[in-house]
Amino acid sequence: MIYLLEDAINGILMGSIYGLAALGLTLIFGVLKVINFAHGSLLMVGMYAAYWAVLLTGAHPYLALVIVLPLMFAFGYLLQAVVIQPIFKAEREVREPITVIIVTTGVWYILDNLGLLVFGPQYRNIQDNPLRGKMIEAGEMLISVPKLWGFCAALVTAALVWLFLQKTRMGRAVRATSLDRDAASLQGINPYRIYNIAFGLGTAVAGVAGVALVPFYNVFPTVGVLFDIKCFIIVVLGGLGSIGGALLGGMIIGVIESVGPQFMTATWTEAIVYGLFLGFLFLRPSGLFGVKYDW
Amino acid sequence: MALLEVDRLEVSYGDVQVLFDLSLRVEEGEVVSIIGGNGAGKSTLLRAISGLLRPRRGEIRFDGRPIQALPPERIVAEGLVHVPEGRRLFGLMSVEDNLRTGAYNPRAAAHEEETLERVFGLFPRLKERTAQMAMTLSGGEQQMLAIGRGLMARPRLLMLDEPSLGLAPIVIRSIFDTVRQVAAQGTTVLLVEQDVKHSLELSHRGYVLEHGRVVLEGPAAELLGNPHIRTAYLGI
Ligand SMILES: Nc1ncnc2c1ncn2[C@@H]1O[C@H](COP(=O)(O)OP(=O)(O)OP(=O)(O)O)[C@@H](O)[C@H]1O
Ligand SMILES: [Mg+2]
Repeated sequence: MIYLLEDAINGILMGSIYGLAALGLTLIFGVLKVINFAHGSLLMVGMYAAYWAVLLTGAHPYLALVIVLPLMFAFGYLLQAVVIQPIFKAEREVREPITVIIVTTGVWYILDNLGLLVFGPQYRNIQDNPLRGKMIEAGEMLISVPKLWGFCAALVTAALVWLFLQKTRMGRAVRATSLDRDAASLQGINPYRIYNIAFGLGTAVAGVAGVALVPFYNVFPTVGVLFDIKCFIIVVLGGLGSIGGALLGGMIIGVIESVGPQFMTATWTEAIVYGLFLGFLFLRPSGLFGVKYDW
Repeated sequence: MALLEVDRLEVSYGDVQVLFDLSLRVEEGEVVSIIGGNGAGKSTLLRAISGLLRPRRGEIRFDGRPIQALPPERIVAEGLVHVPEGRRLFGLMSVEDNLRTGAYNPRAAAHEEETLERVFGLFPRLKERTAQMAMTLSGGEQQMLAIGRGLMARPRLLMLDEPSLGLAPIVIRSIFDTVRQVAAQGTTVLLVEQDVKHSLELSHRGYVLEHGRVVLEGPAAELLGNPHIRTAYLGI
């Protein structure tokens, strides 16, 4: 019984990091109305950025945020401004342009292969960092310290993103653009600039997830693929565009993954995850917190 | 020089041309009505003026400067503000957030609090409902919010597209009263309406649009007496 609780807790912690990764995806979707198929690759870039920052400076993994955050924001901003935006402008009449989705798929392939070219296929991890392998003993339970840090990072990031969207002038403009692009431009908002900012923000959040993962997770060029599908499932589960939904959806997946194997083979837990995903698509396509009205 | 000049404008959706050789002008301080039946091209005209549509030919000048190549956000910043048909509020945002979004352009942002007080003075109903989500407002309140959001941009010229659409007669009267008040405070107004009688009554001049062309123009009082308008639009 106590093992079950331990698994559940560690599942929630790991799941919150999945949620953190999905948060960036849901943000970008909420504003651009486009599923960013390159999101896992952005996470991969964030993990390499964190990996090198920690390795080269020897700093505490979370101190790497000082470098990773602005770097990833700029990367996402430029990716949207230079690569994706021209396609958007060419299809300005279309609300959910399919060609943009194709472009993000291209970006996914290019980034993953660039990763392979530049960093090689090997699995990398940071052996000597102060978080690696650390456990807290709580009674008879062992709680993973790096995952606990990841959990806190997820909560803080979600809260900050929420505050940005709700309480700042720019955040209000982001919300307005996500609700009605043309109406927003009639208020003096440049929607393409908002797209850049949303993409930069979503990429920066992927960077936070990268920092959270690097202390205990291997980095390799296709690591994003492992998270891609999870992120899509989480975002559908939590409701497209919902911040709280992304976190909760992540935690649900995390718990199923960690508690499930106690009762069945790991293959079956995956089947449950996909089953849940399909079930939601059928029964409640707007997810747990999604708003039926628009988004 | 007129505040707004539209010169031989042609606008198409794809291959379908909707506006033909359309010219009009609005002088500073005027209230001008554009009337016409469904599909005449009134909304298309306003969308072209505010930069949402690119005209295929012709020129649009605001305060003497050509604006037809500018994006909407730049045109708003010049003081030419469009309150679109169907209100287009940010339904999932609060009344206050909708209003403040209206003041996003830099010229208006500098006076945001002051303008907000003015808008609340014009629409006390909105002040009581600042935290309410826009989509839960009544139709009349939504139209007030749409106009209020437009005013937050501190327009020099306010373009209203069918503000009376779908409202009860008593609410329509109060909306038109507000338009009259806004004009009296010095804002130039370009009003698109199907409620021909009310809109011409508060306008200086009017244009009649049919099939994307101006078929009649003149002082509002003259148009109200015109036999074609009386039979086709007023049903007399
Ligand atoms: N997005 C669009 N794509 C193609 N055709 C359009 C589009 N919007 C409008 N039209 C066409 O352009 C013509 C003019 O439409 P518009 O909306 O400007 O008319 P309107 O005078 O505003 O009518 P109403 O009083 O019904 O609002 C119509 O024939 C309409 O079908
Ligand atoms: Mg119309």
